[in-house]
Amino acid sequence: MTLTKKLIALLALLPGFVFANEAGFPLDRAPERSDIASLQNGAKLFVNYCLNCHSASSMRYNRLRDLGLNEDQIKNNLLFSGEKVGDMMKIAMRPDDAKAWFGAVPPDLSVIARAKAGTGGTGADYLYTYLRTFYKDDTRPTGWNNMVVPNVAMPHVLWQLQGIRTAKMVKEADPHEHGKTVERFAGFEQVSPGSMSQPEFDTQVADLVAYMEWMAEPTRDLRKRLGAIVVLFLSLFAFLAWRLNASYWKDVK
Amino acid sequence: MGAAFKETKLPADAPKSRKALAWVDDRFPLSKLWQEQWGRYYAPKNFNVWYIFGSLAMLVLVIQIVTGIFLTMHYKPDSNLAFGSVEYIMKEVPWGWLVRYMHSTGASAFFIVVYLHMTRGLLYGSYRKPRELIWLFGFAIFLCLMAEAFFGYLLPWGQMSYWGAQVIVNLFGAIPFIGNDLSLWIRGDYVVSDATLNRFFAFHVIAIPLVLLGLVAAHLIALHEVGSNNPDGIEVKDNLGPDGHGVDTIPSHPYYTTKDFFGVSVFLLIYSSVVFFAPEMGGYFLEYNNFLPADSLKTPPHIAPTWYFTPFYSVLRATTSDFMWVVMAGLAAYVVFIWLRSRLSYTTKIAVTVLAVVLEIGMLPQVLDAKFWGVVLFGSAVIILSLLPWLDHSPVRSIRYRPGWHKTVYGVFFVAFLVLGYLGTQLPTPAYTLIAQLATLLYFSFFLLMPWWSTMGRFKPLPKRVTWTAH
Repeated sequence: MTLTKKLIALLALLPGFVFANEAGFPLDRAPERSDIASLQNGAKLFVNYCLNCHSASSMRYNRLRDLGLNEDQIKNNLLFSGEKVGDMMKIAMRPDDAKAWFGAVPPDLSVIARAKAGTGGTGADYLYTYLRTFYKDDTRPTGWNNMVVPNVAMPHVLWQLQGIRTAKMVKEADPHEHGKTVERFAGFEQVSPGSMSQPEFDTQVADLVAYMEWMAEPTRDLRKRLGAIVVLFLSLFAFLAWRLNASYWKDVK
Repeated sequence: MGAAFKETKLPADAPKSRKALAWVDDRFPLSKLWQEQWGRYYAPKNFNVWYIFGSLAMLVLVIQIVTGIFLTMHYKPDSNLAFGSVEYIMKEVPWGWLVRYMHSTGASAFFIVVYLHMTRGLLYGSYRKPRELIWLFGFAIFLCLMAEAFFGYLLPWGQMSYWGAQVIVNLFGAIPFIGNDLSLWIRGDYVVSDATLNRFFAFHVIAIPLVLLGLVAAHLIALHEVGSNNPDGIEVKDNLGPDGHGVDTIPSHPYYTTKDFFGVSVFLLIYSSVVFFAPEMGGYFLEYNNFLPADSLKTPPHIAPTWYFTPFYSVLRATTSDFMWVVMAGLAAYVVFIWLRSRLSYTTKIAVTVLAVVLEIGMLPQVLDAKFWGVVLFGSAVIILSLLPWLDHSPVRSIRYRPGWHKTVYGVFFVAFLVLGYLGTQLPTPAYTLIAQLATLLYFSFFLLMPWWSTMGRFKPLPKRVTWTAH
């Protein structure tokens, strides 16, 4: 190996670009969801649509009690194949099979909303945009492609809700290289309607994403509430410590 | 043989606590230790805000040890279980999330207070005679802290943990002849794996903390032996009062107890704000990529060490093969400079020259490649800090009485350090690499030329007494 090659190999180990995301596709902001009903709806969507291929192995079903559901509601509405209410959200699909069927093992989603932060938006923004930008692409094995993750292995699981869309690409002159053309994304085209209108669909995805964000850190709200009390207490403590200190030091000449 | 053992006799109606203390003091120097180390330890009264960071470092050390013990109760050092056990701590262990955030925020807080503590030493010349050993113990603590942070960072077994460790351990591979075997020996496997995780766990929870605690004790004993420096850099022991203590000193207890109490409360306010409102600190304290489990087949597009390593990491990256010519020229010029301007003995000069010639030969691209020298400079950037007591020849300790332009020199140094730190978090573009190379040269020049520049200029007269206005 020549020195240059060694250096290139070394540089390859070193930090690369922090891409906005793989495709540099601008992320939409995920709508805020603080009401419990949205989170419950999100949990239902998650269990119905995601939890067949993806696990959430650090999440217990009965943790959903934090979202205002009781054990019976969880059992009757969210457990389908003999899981117990105290079980973790695991799946029956074996990683080897998943690899053979999809070409990649679907990642565990327990903390995915935190992992995807810093990719040009919050983790929620990423998921919200990703789940809404699938389009039909017959060149892909699953028949689906995605704007945020080009050539994604995952099919469009929510297609019955969103309907089938294709991506409109227009050819444009390359601004960086004369005489070349580049493809630019120019919006989606609805091929067949889904069971929901686009705004309705967006609302559902927002609920789902809010649930995934909650699941990634179920204690987040508690953390912030507690933090306010702690900071308040410490401010008082700091004030007293300041006065105590001053009263000792006033005699130092 | 000393004097025969004599039980202290207290009146029968003395309080039980006094009797108990006397009983202990007859057998163990408890009161004596307390009085020597803190209670009757006379410290200069003119400490400013820079003097809080030593106490804060102690506080953070305690936070790290206590939270660390609780984390260890639930953490599993097993490559199949580690990532999940951290999530288990976050979601299922009562208050586990708080303990974990305190520990992860504490790691960064530790470096912040230690960097500020070192800056204080630099500004007021706290490492100067007779405090060289305090500085060396402190430097060893800093090394331990870096090791502790590095080993600990692998434990969550996320993508950044894994690949960060992979990159750093691979650096040892750059050492000629033994490099590859050495990195193999460190990892215990051909890649970072379960074996690596287990040994890093052992280092993180027991080996390094043991050394660290011993060094902290040595650091404090040495400090309390020679006494504290102060912002004026004059020796308070030169000016003794009738009681035998410096006229400008004050017992640590209660004066610095209350002052530290106040400092601690302000620190905790800031620390808690991070723990409760921004534990990820925008991806700097907890990196987003580390919420993905380690995958040995998927290299993340951007591997960067945690923020506190980035200044030194930048030096490593700045060392390209082109830059080596600059380093070689710089080294040659330095040797010439030593011959012309140094008062070192003839033998020492010869020795330096021989060493430099050997290094110059080693730096030729045909001999050792730039990757190796990058690692050397990376290590030297850290090690050179330990030489400060012998590099600084200034007639005064404190920056307060140095020539005005010295402040500019320090300013340039701090800016270079911060720039290196920032660039270490970024992708190396040609422009960034050039800036990092310039900052690297400034960083090393600051130290290597210090024996000369620190003596130059017009120094202000030192005061007889410390600068002090009563509160």
